[in-house]
Amino acid sequence: MFVSTGKELLEICKEKNIPIWEYTIREEIEAVEVPREKVIERMKSTLHVMMNSSTYAQDNIVKSVSGLIGGDAYKIRKYAESGKTLTGEFMNKAMARAISSSEVNAAMGRIVACPTAGSCGILPAVIISAGEKLNSSEDQLIQGLFTAAGVGILIAKNATLAGAEGGCQAECGSAAAMASAAVVEMMGGTPEQALTAAAIVIKNILGLVCDPVAGLVEVPCAKRNIAGTVSALTTADLVMSGVYSKIPFDEVVWAMYKVGRQMPAELRETSQGGIAITPTALKLKKEIFKE
Amino acid sequence: MRNYSVFDIIGPIMIGPSSSHTAGAARLAKVAAAISGGKIVRVEFHLHGSFAETYRGHGTDKALVAGILNMDPWDENLKNSIKIANERGIGVTFIPTDLGEVHPNTVKFIITKDDGNATQVSGSSIGGGNIFIFDIDGQEVEFTGERPTILTKHQDLPGVISKISSILYQENINIANMRVYRKGKGKMATMALETDTQVTEEAMGKIKNIKEIENVKFINPIVEGVI
Ligand code: SF4
Repeated sequence: MFVSTGKELLEICKEKNIPIWEYTIREEIEAVEVPREKVIERMKSTLHVMMNSSTYAQDNIVKSVSGLIGGDAYKIRKYAESGKTLTGEFMNKAMARAISSSEVNAAMGRIVACPTAGSCGILPAVIISAGEKLNSSEDQLIQGLFTAAGVGILIAKNATLAGAEGGCQAECGSAAAMASAAVVEMMGGTPEQALTAAAIVIKNILGLVCDPVAGLVEVPCAKRNIAGTVSALTTADLVMSGVYSKIPFDEVVWAMYKVGRQMPAELRETSQGGIAITPTALKLKKEIFKE
Repeated sequence: MRNYSVFDIIGPIMIGPSSSHTAGAARLAKVAAAISGGKIVRVEFHLHGSFAETYRGHGTDKALVAGILNMDPWDENLKNSIKIANERGIGVTFIPTDLGEVHPNTVKFIITKDDGNATQVSGSSIGGGNIFIFDIDGQEVEFTGERPTILTKHQDLPGVISKISSILYQENINIANMRVYRKGKGKMATMALETDTQVTEEAMGKIKNIKEIENVKFINPIVEGVI
C-alpha cells in the first residue's frame, strides 16, 4: 500500500535507493495487479493526450462553448517566438502550453484531468516544457508523470484535490506541486528535493479560493493554470540551487487542508464569492445563460 | 485513509470541461442506455441541482446524449452528439426540475424504445467522473458501473440467488458485491450483482434461462485502459 506521509515516502526511497517515480510504479503494480509494461503503457497514452491538448490551441484558435475564453494560447505562442519577451521563449512557450489545455477543455476537447479538469493545463505544460529543455526521452517524461502521481496521492490522502472541498489551492496548487516535484526528479534532484519543491509551491499558493465565473471552468481557471505552471518551473530551479523549505511537505499539506476547511462555502466552487460575484462576472453570467 | 491508483490522480482522460458535469454525465447516460437496451427513440432528461442550473454551459446536455449514443466519456465526437441524435431520429428533451433530497448532480432518464416501452433510471455524478445509479423504474438499487454488473428482476423464491451464484462459480467468476431489493417476501425482487471479471456468454445464457428470472441485464463497465 502506498505510504501515507511524505516522511515515510522519503524513508522508503532512501532505504531502497530509488526515486519517487520508481516507488510509485512499484506500488501501482502491486495495488492493481497488472504487469509493469501495462502500467507504463497506460501512462504513455495519457502523456499523448497531454501532448495534444497542450499543443492544439497554440496552432488553432479555440473558443470555449460559452465564448468566455479562447484564442490566448495562439497569441502567447506567437509572442513567445517574437524575441521580445521579458521572461524568454522557454517560459512563454510553457504558458502557451498551459492555457492550450485549458482552452481545449473548455471547448469540449479531450484532456487528462490531472488532478482535475480545471487544473488540466499545469502538469502537461510543465513536464513537456522541462522535457524539451532537458532533452528528456519519452520514458523520462513518463517517469515525471509517476513522480507527480506519487505526490498527488499523498495530497489526496492527507488533504483534498477538489476545489469544492479545498478551494483552488487544492486543484491548481496541487497540480503545480505535483509538477514541480516531477521536474526536480527529471533534473536529477533527490526525492527530498522533490517534496521540498512541492512544499514551496503550496506555501506560495496557500489560500487561493475557487470562484469560477458563471460556474464554468474558464475564468479565472485558465489563467491560474498559467500561474501554476510558472510557479512549478521557477520553484524547480529554486530547489535545484539548494534552497530548502523550513516547513516540511507533510505539514504544508496539513496546513492547506486546514485552510480549505476554514474557507466559507462561498469560496469553494459555488460561484458565490471572489471573482465570480464581481459586477462584470455577474453581467457575463447573465449573457451566457440569457437570464 | 483511502487508497488511490496513479490513474485516479492523473486521469480520467475525458472530454472537458468538467469531470462531474461532462465525463460523469456521459458515463451515467451510457449505463442508463444499457439498462434500457433495445432501440431508443426518445429520451427525457430530468435535470436536478447543479445539472439543472449549468447544463448548457458545461455541455452536460451533449455529454448525456453522447452516453445514450453509447459514446465513451473520452470520445471526441461527444460535442456533436445532439446533431448525431437528430440525424438518427432520436428525440431528446431537457427538463430542469427538482428531484428532492438527492446529490446536486443528479439526472432522471425516461428512455422510450421503438416498441413503446419506457424505462426510468436515476443516477448521480459524484465527482472525478464517478457515478452511481440509485433507482430503476421506481425500484431502489445501488451500483456504480465500475465493475461488470448483473441486474435481475426475479421472483423472490428460495434458491434463485444460489442458482445465479453457482453458475458464476462454475465459470470461475468472483462476486464482488451483491444487493437484493424486494417489496415483500415472494414478490418481485431486484438484484444488483457486481463481479470482478467479465461475465462470459456461457454464464449470461445460463442465467437468462433460470425460470424465476423475468428480466436480466448485463452492464459492462466503462474502463479507460489504453486509448
Ligand atoms: S477556480 Fe475552482 S474550478 Fe477553477 S481551476 Fe480553480 S478550483 Fe478549479
